[in-house]
Amino acid sequence: MILVDDRTRVVVQGITGNEATFHTLRCIEYGTEVVAGVTPGKGGSLWEERTPVFESVEEAKRETGATASIIFVPAQFASDAIIEAVDAGIPLVVCITEFIPTMDAITWHRYLQGTDVTVIGPNCPGIISPPARCKVGIMPAAIHMPGNIGVVSRSGTLTYEVVAQLTSEGIGQSTCVGIGGDPLPGTDFARILRRFEADDDTHAVILVGEIGGSMEQEAAAYIETMSKPVIAFVAGASAPAGRRMGHAGAIIEGQSGRAREKMAALESAGAVVVENPAEIGATANRVLSSREVC
Amino acid sequence: MKLHEYQAKQVLSQYGIPVPEGHIAANQQEALEAARIRGGKSILKAQILSGGRGKAGGIIATDCPEEAGHAAARLLGNSLVTGQSGPQGLPVNLVLIEEQVIPDRELYLGLLVEPSRKRIVFMASARGGMDIEELAGTHPDEIVSVAVDPLTGLLPYQARVLARALGLSGQLAVQSARIMRALYRLFVEKDCSLIEINPMVVTEDRGLIALDAKVSIDDNALYRQPEIAALADISQEDPLEQRAAQAGFSYVKLDGSIGCLVNGAGLAMATMDLVTLLGGRPANFLDVGGAADELRIRQAIELLLDDRDVKVAWINIFGGILRCDVVAKALLRVLEDRHPAIPIVVRLQGTNDAKARDMLNSGPMTVMLETELGRAGRLAVAASGMTGKKRGAAS
Repeated sequence: MILVDDRTRVVVQGITGNEATFHTLRCIEYGTEVVAGVTPGKGGSLWEERTPVFESVEEAKRETGATASIIFVPAQFASDAIIEAVDAGIPLVVCITEFIPTMDAITWHRYLQGTDVTVIGPNCPGIISPPARCKVGIMPAAIHMPGNIGVVSRSGTLTYEVVAQLTSEGIGQSTCVGIGGDPLPGTDFARILRRFEADDDTHAVILVGEIGGSMEQEAAAYIETMSKPVIAFVAGASAPAGRRMGHAGAIIEGQSGRAREKMAALESAGAVVVENPAEIGATANRVLSSREVC
Repeated sequence: MKLHEYQAKQVLSQYGIPVPEGHIAANQQEALEAARIRGGKSILKAQILSGGRGKAGGIIATDCPEEAGHAAARLLGNSLVTGQSGPQGLPVNLVLIEEQVIPDRELYLGLLVEPSRKRIVFMASARGGMDIEELAGTHPDEIVSVAVDPLTGLLPYQARVLARALGLSGQLAVQSARIMRALYRLFVEKDCSLIEINPMVVTEDRGLIALDAKVSIDDNALYRQPEIAALADISQEDPLEQRAAQAGFSYVKLDGSIGCLVNGAGLAMATMDLVTLLGGRPANFLDVGGAADELRIRQAIELLLDDRDVKVAWINIFGGILRCDVVAKALLRVLEDRHPAIPIVVRLQGTNDAKARDMLNSGPMTVMLETELGRAGRLAVAASGMTGKKRGAAS
């Protein structure tokens, strides 16, 4: 598994909000060790009568030894929350928040330069490692099963769809990472693929891309060097150019943004490209049984 | 959010960037008066939020004010169909009447955010006036790009590199550096996602002038750009898209017959892709969003039903936070209220899906339940074919 495991200790930024409370409880139910929360103005209290709330991430880390943060704060404050986690020395930051202005993303991206911090998201479902029963995200846990397939995706519910297909085929997952639908995600496909390639528990990877940007092409350049099989789907083959399809990053601007170009790049790099979104699980099954990696 | 050309030029002007002198007109009389200020020749430009206006007849050179008035009367109140506007075209409610500028040379200057570099990038080319995409295809080596570090802003040496790419020297290079610094400041301060000056022209007596301008603003930042947000022109949006935006959905109208209602942008695109792959045509992209509740689902179903192009509705929900029984409840309410005649394919998976299916099983016959994505897609496409035939053949 990658990014999170059974030693991951999570601090929740914005823990006292409704959404954060709902999802943090689901994470704890699944098995995630949530050690702290942060809500400015509510430091010193106990969240849900169990988890200490701190004024700052720095304090939360010092007192509880948190190793990862999950951010639920509103978009206006999310950039600040990311930078606060970086300054506190949290090595893994998962930002669920949607609608963060791009100008803010440019700023925190610049701030990340020269650090070893990994930011997953924003606008993402987060990370889940079923073998470790660790979930730092908002995905429905029940559809997952432990196994050896890595999943990396720009979407939320489409990832759930893919995972459910895998599980119904009897194919378990090592880690599923939603990198988010924003144009400037904290972590791109290539960096996650590198981790999966180096991970002994992961035997193959499913990549779920979509229109917009050129992240799939950059991933393709890395896939060429990978030893593990990659199965890819790119959403938006039927999307018109110049229109934003829900995600801030999902807009075809120029040739490289089109699904066809992305699929072609992935295919020529050696990935198995699936055109039919209903056949991703079945294709994974076929590829895995032919390579006998499972 | 896109700005009209006249709005973009007002913003440029606020930042000290030279633009042609011009006035906006909403009717023939105003156009006539605006053209009289110009005296003899003027240029009339239809203000719609689409490119390709020139080829579509939306930009007219006139020799006298009376001619300008007549041209304005022809444009105003009608729709202009361009290569990018869609078949319905966009309504022309305003025309911009500008002085005629005689250019020596036409240049291209653009700013955008490049995802791979995560910075604002300037693009410059001495070949202005043509489509930059086209230029990138035919003469990629004639476009120079420079990424700006947010820590330093545009550096003097970078402005010199760009000026050279534009073929400018001496006083013109100095002026271009000033324009570039202003553009960078504007881009950051107004949360732009794109600024394109195409063409920026070199004139004999007045130096550089932004002859045309495109400015787009990051929708996620509109909350802190109230002055820009107030410039939004909803007349340029499809009525169904307006309604969806008010309800808080991501919605894009397409030209097919299968209405899709989905939670999540990726799954919504995949749903359209599947429909297309199976030989059908999606009528829309619709993502109800993560925070959807019963009311929002009901509004979304009604939006599909109010689209006269929709011959089949396909509700494709992967329940996570959004519970399937909530979707079923919303659908039953709409069915009760409206008794829609079109077939509705429902595919619910995830949280509380069994409960939702039980609720819908006792519903009317027009609702077709399916749990697997591929089979649901085939049902929807088959139903869209059926409704095209005569009623008797369908049953």
